[in-house]
Amino acid sequence: MASLYSSFVGISSPNPFWLASAPPTDREVNVERAFAAGWGGVVWKTLGIDPPVVNVNGPRYGFWRGDNQRVQGFNNIELISDRAIGSNLEEIARVKARWPDRALVVSVMFPLEEEHWARWLPEIEATGADGIELNLGCPHGMSERGMGSAMGQAPQLVEAVTRMAKAHTRLPVIVKLTPNVTDITWSASAAKTGGADAVSLINTINSLIRVDLDTMAPEPCIDGKGTHGGYCGPAVKPIALHMVAEIARNQVLAGLPISGIGGITSWRDAAEFLALGAGNVQVCTAAMLYGFRIIEDLAEGLAAWMDEKGYASVAELQGRAVANVRDWNRLNLNYVTKAKIDAERCIGCGRCFIACEDTSHQAIARLPDSTAYQVKPEDCVGCNLCVAVCPVPNCIDMLPMRTGTDPRTGSPIRSAPMSWLEHPENPVGAVACKTEE
Amino acid sequence: MMERHALTEATVAERFRGMEARLPEIDVPVEAERCFYCYDAPCTRSCPAAIDIPAFIRALALGQPARAASIILRENPLGMSCARVCPVETLCEEICVRASDAGGPVRIGLLQRAAMSECAPKAATPVPVTNTRVAVVGAGPAGMTVARLLAEAGVQVSVLDAGDRPGGLNETGIAAYKMLDDAAQKEATWLLDHPHIMFRGQMALGNDVTLASLREQYHAVVLAMGLAGQRRLAIPGEDLPGVAAAVPFIAAMRRGEAVAVGKKVLVIGGGMTAIDIAIQIRLLGAEEVHICYRRGIGDMGASAHERQLAREQGVLIHPGLRPLEIREAAGGGLDALMQSLREEDGKWIASGKSEFWHADQIFTAIGQGLDRSAWRGDAELMSLALDAQGKIAVDDAGHTNLPGVWAAGDCAGRSSDLTVHAVADGKRVVDAILAARKQEAA
Repeated sequence: MASLYSSFVGISSPNPFWLASAPPTDREVNVERAFAAGWGGVVWKTLGIDPPVVNVNGPRYGFWRGDNQRVQGFNNIELISDRAIGSNLEEIARVKARWPDRALVVSVMFPLEEEHWARWLPEIEATGADGIELNLGCPHGMSERGMGSAMGQAPQLVEAVTRMAKAHTRLPVIVKLTPNVTDITWSASAAKTGGADAVSLINTINSLIRVDLDTMAPEPCIDGKGTHGGYCGPAVKPIALHMVAEIARNQVLAGLPISGIGGITSWRDAAEFLALGAGNVQVCTAAMLYGFRIIEDLAEGLAAWMDEKGYASVAELQGRAVANVRDWNRLNLNYVTKAKIDAERCIGCGRCFIACEDTSHQAIARLPDSTAYQVKPEDCVGCNLCVAVCPVPNCIDMLPMRTGTDPRTGSPIRSAPMSWLEHPENPVGAVACKTEE
Repeated sequence: MMERHALTEATVAERFRGMEARLPEIDVPVEAERCFYCYDAPCTRSCPAAIDIPAFIRALALGQPARAASIILRENPLGMSCARVCPVETLCEEICVRASDAGGPVRIGLLQRAAMSECAPKAATPVPVTNTRVAVVGAGPAGMTVARLLAEAGVQVSVLDAGDRPGGLNETGIAAYKMLDDAAQKEATWLLDHPHIMFRGQMALGNDVTLASLREQYHAVVLAMGLAGQRRLAIPGEDLPGVAAAVPFIAAMRRGEAVAVGKKVLVIGGGMTAIDIAIQIRLLGAEEVHICYRRGIGDMGASAHERQLAREQGVLIHPGLRPLEIREAAGGGLDALMQSLREEDGKWIASGKSEFWHADQIFTAIGQGLDRSAWRGDAELMSLALDAQGKIAVDDAGHTNLPGVWAAGDCAGRSSDLTVHAVADGKRVVDAILAARKQEAA
């Protein structure tokens, strides 16, 4: 059986699944239940200085549902911990003492004034906690006070706050990054320069999730009014994967440990983050939607898949896909694929046909007097839209052409790769396009 | 042993409500989202009324049952009753691309039911009336379809029916559990409630009005009087007390009259009506109900789904059995001499074996025919050409041999007996009449 043991910036945990700093890690009773359920670690819900913040007393969450009523996207307007920092620290000390093998990292959000960091970081250290995570991402409520994403969006502040945290603790400092920026590598570089031991990402995305068309008010709705909140859940995973990959493949940032966060709901999601270079993963929405029990599915599922693929440890799997993430202009333009419809599996729904006919390249033909469809290789550009709309698993495949002539272009298939950099039609040549390596 | 029972509100609530097919509200969006939203969808192609099924299901999935209903009504004015009586398992659901899924086809019938159940269809703004006048004879599914669609096109329509109320077989001939809450009457009222439609009850063609006078007064006449004649077994004892045709019996029950209910009941026939009477008589208190059909189970007009419903109610179905004679039994009740048949080379032939079956009550449900009893004094009616089955002969568009006279629904030769076929027939006739009028005007 593959080992799920995880060591992240020196913090060990029995598996790489941590609960992210959020409502599930708000207090002792929740974290006790999480550890009892099998979670490898938690990042305690963000502590602020006293007096604690005050939350709204109406709905904090909004959501949109996909098929079968499943929540795909989730948004919140909850603030950081609304309890006194002192009582949080007492609970943290008790929990850590009871669960010494689990990772317990404490998320903090303090103003950029030295006194707070000097006073509280040593007290956190005294609880026995394993690390500090800087919440530089919360996009609502806290940002209006100059903290959260207001800090995370300014690289110089990211660097300054990281430096301040590092100055007052010996614990590893993980900087949690906001995705509400133009280029995530700027924030990551600033964290690194400030001395961060790792980055975690993504925090929630600024969002307005829904408008109630009867009341004409945004949701979650507080007395007829609403505000933007932080977006998370399965819908944000692609954005998170991209940002994790950009950091992992950046040569300057190489080696900066990454804790992957964003819509992780299944072992497969987790494996993708690990493959793109994350050292561990953090989960929140899935636990909120299904309860802590999903850790069993996550951990067992990941281990079973690792066994199947022959990965003995998380470290062995980590970063396997990073080298395959490239800039567009490095992609092989000599690679030609054509769609192929498996007539045996096709149910005749016509979805691929109408999608291609209306919005793509008119490359699917309906066979006369039947509901069978066939790809016209002479028109197929290999775009994959038919695969996307087909409701039957494995019914349409994109098959690479290895030899012969592309019937669409009339050009012979070449086995040697050629990217845009070498392409004869590139008017500016390789030099101007070079952005990688 | 006969008792008399009326179909009261209480009986309906107690015994019939559970028979009603409905999708729980919570399942409606989940089921609707199973639809793949096919292009040129097989379900729509298989629907005689050509309802845009993926479109209405999508509206339902997106929380707009009223819009779903209007999409249904656009192609099928009888969308509400079709949602209750259509044998979807042999039409749209049979051909659904998910039919071979473990979860089965998308439950189109129940979704249509959900779309149509809660909404009172919105009255469209009537188009200005034209000078075209059409008489529709018969206010059943075909006649109401024709009347509504013509009225929506601005035609002045007179609907004549031999009875007091519109609805036809929907109102009188279909099992009560399929039409709870006065659904058929509500639908009929909505269909004919149009400023361009005038309904006249107690107007039987032949008796109260002649075809000649209708042809004189109207630009077109549509015959949609259904098949009011009950086909007979033509065996001795058929007219004994206790032997009755199923359709008039169901009609009396649907009107709320107290009807006789035997303890042991035989039903002769194999169609939907046989199933309808068998289930209902059972629900009304019959202890033992047998359906006897002269051919094989697979030859029955009743669908597998209907047969299953009957079995669930304890009805026994016997293939290869036909009555030769009915007698009064010595100790009361009836004795029917039943002959066994067996299949040989695709034909059902008498096996030579026959025995008496005792019953309190026997129903015949062997089909209906054109009732021409009132036609004799009407020379034009008598000049209508009939087809080999004794129905009014029509061409592809529903036109009879008399100029300006059309026929739709059960009475017309080309139609089969489903409500949705009557609707399809009606649509064809409406298109043809409008096209003919346009040509005349040109």
